[in-house]
Amino acid sequence: MRVKAKAKGGVVDVKCLFKHPMETGSRKDKKTGQKIPAHFIQEILFEKNGKAAVTAYLNGSVSTNPLVHVKVKGNAGDTLKISWKDNKGESGAEEVTVR
Amino acid sequence: MKRRTFLRGTLASSAIMTAMGAGLLAPRTVLAAWPEGIMTAKDVAGATGGGAGEASASIKLDVPSIAENGAVVPVKVDATAMSGVESVSILVDSNGSPLAATFVLGADGVAFASTRCKVGKSGNMVGVVKAGGKTYHASKEVKVTVGGCGG
Repeated sequence: MRVKAKAKGGVVDVKCLFKHPMETGSRKDKKTGQKIPAHFIQEILFEKNGKAAVTAYLNGSVSTNPLVHVKVKGNAGDTLKISWKDNKGESGAEEVTVR
Repeated sequence: MKRRTFLRGTLASSAIMTAMGAGLLAPRTVLAAWPEGIMTAKDVAGATGGGAGEASASIKLDVPSIAENGAVVPVKVDATAMSGVESVSILVDSNGSPLAATFVLGADGVAFASTRCKVGKSGNMVGVVKAGGKTYHASKEVKVTVGGCGG
């Protein structure tokens, strides 16, 4: 996961790029004809200084390697924690300082 | 439609609506339940939990009018002109399950969301904003061209 958090005029631009297949579950494998099981990020939580600011719920129809851009009230020096979870229970988190 | 799956679907969506009413669907510090009912809903009414509401000029929806690659269509919903925004959602009308993403805002959240979506075929992209207990939307048509000839 790559995160960019930049403050401007009291608003922080948070851009995250995740590496994830975002498989919808309705696509078929061309060779076997079997459906490829769904595998996508369901939830992303943005916390500023330990407080939830935005919770994003995603569906399988978000593109592969999703780019998620949100805005949060804040200034340079604030701590942002971004945690995600997918439908298979895999998860990850990253903490950055707002520039 | 199979009666059993239909019943299960309606039960799930009504459970989500009760959860929303009780304020349970607010952002929280622990990763919580994914709102399956609205995510798997097959139409816009189901995916928004009761219709897309009235059209609003305060919502700025930024999508390309022609998408050369339906797998990566950038969408931007900007409702910073509105006050008291609770959530921002992105829907793709022509997809089997229209809801692509929903952003629930906390105290420090700004009414802005942008991501990239898969769009199966040409149709409307809808930005839905819930503010002050009411629902507003803005929509724009996207043409998906296979082969990228811009036709």
